[in-house]
Amino acid sequence: MIAAASLVADQGCTSAPVLRERGQREVFCGLTGIVWLHRKMPDAFFLVVGSRTCAHLLQSAAGVMIFAEPRFATAIIEERDLAGLADANEELDRVVRRLLARRPEIRTLFLVGSCPSEVIKLDLARAAQRLAGAFMPDVRIVNYSGSGIETTFTQGEDACLAALVPFMPEPQLDAAPQLLIVGALPDIVEDQLLRLIRDLGITNVACLPARSSRDLPPVGANTRFLLAQPFLGDTALALEDRGAVHLPAAFPFGAEGTTQWLHAAAKSFGVDEMHFRSVVAPGRERAKRALEHSRSRLEGKTIFFLPDSQLELPLARFLHVELGMIPVEVGTPYLHRQHMAAELAQLPATTVISEGQDVDKQLDRVRAAKPDITVCGLGLANPLEAEGFTTKWAIELVFSPIHGFDQAGDLAELFARPLRRRDVLKV
Amino acid sequence: MQLSVWTYEGPPHVGAMRVATGMTDVHYLLHAPQGDTYADLLFTMIERRGKRPPVTYTTFQARDLGKDTAELFQSAARDAVARFNPAALLVGSSCTAELIQDDPAGMAQAMKLSIPVIALELPSYSRKENWGASETFYQIVRTLAVGDSSRPASRQAGSPRPKANLLGPSALGFRHRDDIVEIGKILAVLGIEINVTAPMGAGAGDIARLSDADFNIVMYPEIADTAARWLERTFKQPFTRTIPIGHGATLDFIREVAALAGVDAAPALDLAEARMPWWSRSVDSTYLTGKRVFIFGDATHAIAAARVARDELGFVVCGLGCYNREFARDLRAAAAEHGVEPLITDDHLEVEDAIAAAHPELVLGTQMERHIAKRLSIPCAVISAPVHVQDFPARHSPQMGFEGANVLFDSWVHPLVMGLEEHLLTMFRDDFEFHDGAGASHLAHGTVEPSRAAPAVAFEPQADPVPNRQEAEGDVLVLAGWTSEADIELKKIPFFVRGKARRNTEAYAAELGLASITLDTLYEAKAHYAR
Repeated sequence: MIAAASLVADQGCTSAPVLRERGQREVFCGLTGIVWLHRKMPDAFFLVVGSRTCAHLLQSAAGVMIFAEPRFATAIIEERDLAGLADANEELDRVVRRLLARRPEIRTLFLVGSCPSEVIKLDLARAAQRLAGAFMPDVRIVNYSGSGIETTFTQGEDACLAALVPFMPEPQLDAAPQLLIVGALPDIVEDQLLRLIRDLGITNVACLPARSSRDLPPVGANTRFLLAQPFLGDTALALEDRGAVHLPAAFPFGAEGTTQWLHAAAKSFGVDEMHFRSVVAPGRERAKRALEHSRSRLEGKTIFFLPDSQLELPLARFLHVELGMIPVEVGTPYLHRQHMAAELAQLPATTVISEGQDVDKQLDRVRAAKPDITVCGLGLANPLEAEGFTTKWAIELVFSPIHGFDQAGDLAELFARPLRRRDVLKV
Repeated sequence: MQLSVWTYEGPPHVGAMRVATGMTDVHYLLHAPQGDTYADLLFTMIERRGKRPPVTYTTFQARDLGKDTAELFQSAARDAVARFNPAALLVGSSCTAELIQDDPAGMAQAMKLSIPVIALELPSYSRKENWGASETFYQIVRTLAVGDSSRPASRQAGSPRPKANLLGPSALGFRHRDDIVEIGKILAVLGIEINVTAPMGAGAGDIARLSDADFNIVMYPEIADTAARWLERTFKQPFTRTIPIGHGATLDFIREVAALAGVDAAPALDLAEARMPWWSRSVDSTYLTGKRVFIFGDATHAIAAARVARDELGFVVCGLGCYNREFARDLRAAAAEHGVEPLITDDHLEVEDAIAAAHPELVLGTQMERHIAKRLSIPCAVISAPVHVQDFPARHSPQMGFEGANVLFDSWVHPLVMGLEEHLLTMFRDDFEFHDGAGASHLAHGTVEPSRAAPAVAFEPQADPVPNRQEAEGDVLVLAGWTSEADIELKKIPFFVRGKARRNTEAYAAELGLASITLDTLYEAKAHYAR
């Protein structure tokens, strides 16, 4: 099974037709990524330049986190800022000065573009340059867009990380091959994966984002990178522009996914196959044991994914390959065929792959398919429950540690719990 | 630009959604990019609605901007009307669509739909949620209400009982669901028929027959005031000014309603369920006397709370404010009556500073003030929107009417240490069960830091990520130059009032420029601050 990554390319859903839809999308915009990115980078502040709606979105999505003095805020554009852009720039400078004076511990300030700032063409790249002149080296100013007209939910992280790539230093001329893990992971998961990678004998390894926003790893022709998250298309391109090489792999969900993902690195770094097996065996066995707890509840059950976080295809593959679930339809906000190749190959050919959304039509398909469990956003979960469908909130999959061997059981449990709850409740 | 880490109100189109979602058969077509759909979860998660809000988002993207967003809008409108078959269509823009200057009203008119189209102009860059709700409700009423304006509504023939409309309750409103029930009870006793409740539960057809009522009851001026004024001008329907929050205000409301309806108020004035006055007069409540309370919320709830606090619980109002500027004048008048500076702001950091400066013993506020109070270790109760999932309890929990007054008593008083309990704690303070570290028996986590064991945390069972800002007690004592004798005496003071004793004494010492705090200073300060 370890050789699964080498499955023939045209298997599974690889060449299946994709249902492309264009209509109302019930998804978050890229600003939402700030909710986990600011926790990953404790020395960074995220300043959204946007409207009251942006501020309201963040406080609604971030819930209680907002009550601790958070490291994110919105510079709310007001009527007079719309009157003249020169004034808007001055206003932005004033807000940034006030903010940085209040928060002297901040080392990186992200200016985050929004729908309104994009539409009025407030040039945040230039603003970042201008402000960098005043605040470097104490504070690095980086800009990216999390606007809903350009990004869907997790694409905000993609845009953020891609914006950091130009700040990554050049490697030394004689630098040894380096493995870069790309994508924000909870620290505990990142440490687990790094331990495994070092046990494989790969010692020159780094992560993007780094835990300190100013301690970015070098990138260059000696860099090979593994994507830890399935939504990092632009970041991958930016890294490739710097000479780095992408190691295609299934994403590290479940015993098999994690094995395939690590195997891609092992192969690239010439790790001996026997050594690889002995390193992954304990974690892999633990993961399989943990998955057994949920298998009886999930095996043979049908699942329908509405598009949300881009995690849909890898998770559907995990649930199908490792727990015997039947994916009916797997929706994804957008389909990156290259990054998803290993996932598509392992999905059953009967799966409908849909890209984009027309939410009302898709809900009609949910009603027709009557899946055992539907994965959807928070706006849809209770209405579907009220119609008698069992649901799983997609956002929990983004906020919970689910990658790697030792989270495989937790990941399965996230899907098993709604079904168990449905069965135990007598009200 | 306004730097904001948290806002009391959402954008105005969220206000429009609250009105549309409260109603039964209208649909709201919102010209908006993807991401604005987040607002759906306010209704489905916080309010636990089992239906999606009746809102279609056109979901334009960057690549559409150079092309024809009008076609996108019109096809979304056609699909929404065909699928949801609404009785009326609201159309409008969110903040981004406002900037691209498509004209939802014109585009919808051009489609010649078979249902009424109500165009909403909600300026996102200058207005906020409550204004949006108010404007939306007003436009709906203006467009759909029909009636004969030439004669006073109350003279309609064939109506044996006076009729009233209940105006203002909406989706995502603070206890609106339960307030409607309480007002209904009062009207039933008075023999007044409810003609229409709107927007909550009303259809377009109900709005059309608003003019059948003799008068209007404005439950929430933030949402219904503009519409009520228009109805008064147009159909000669008078409307109520009293907000029946608290016992006294409920009595005033009953009298006002009875006068408008031309019925006898007496049967409604003495309902057995009005327990609040006796609960407040009973001796256990004596300790409430003179407790300093800081009040902040929407103007309607804040002003009502101030009256209840002073007249019905014997508190002293030490701060009063609201976040909605539209009602600043009312709030200023109330603040003048209570002899405090009005605080009108939507910056919660300013509110936090004001609360810290006022040293209240109880905070009545929104969810934000609840968190501020927790940081400052002050008991708190929530009296106003913005709403939180806790503001939609499964049980009946109104703010208005007699039962509402009962609820206010319970929910404001319980965060304070109960009176008898306070005496018992003093008597038994040396028992091992009552030592400083034991915490309150009704709190699950016995290990809380003593200075934070105040019942304020009873509302928040989860761990609080905010570090306690107060310095350790020892440090403060050293800094303030307490003599060991005074220090030992201070420790004899029950832990739940010790912080205040310490603050007062140190303030007193600072005021007099004393170098050290002795036993005498402690008691002189006590006398100084005695009331």
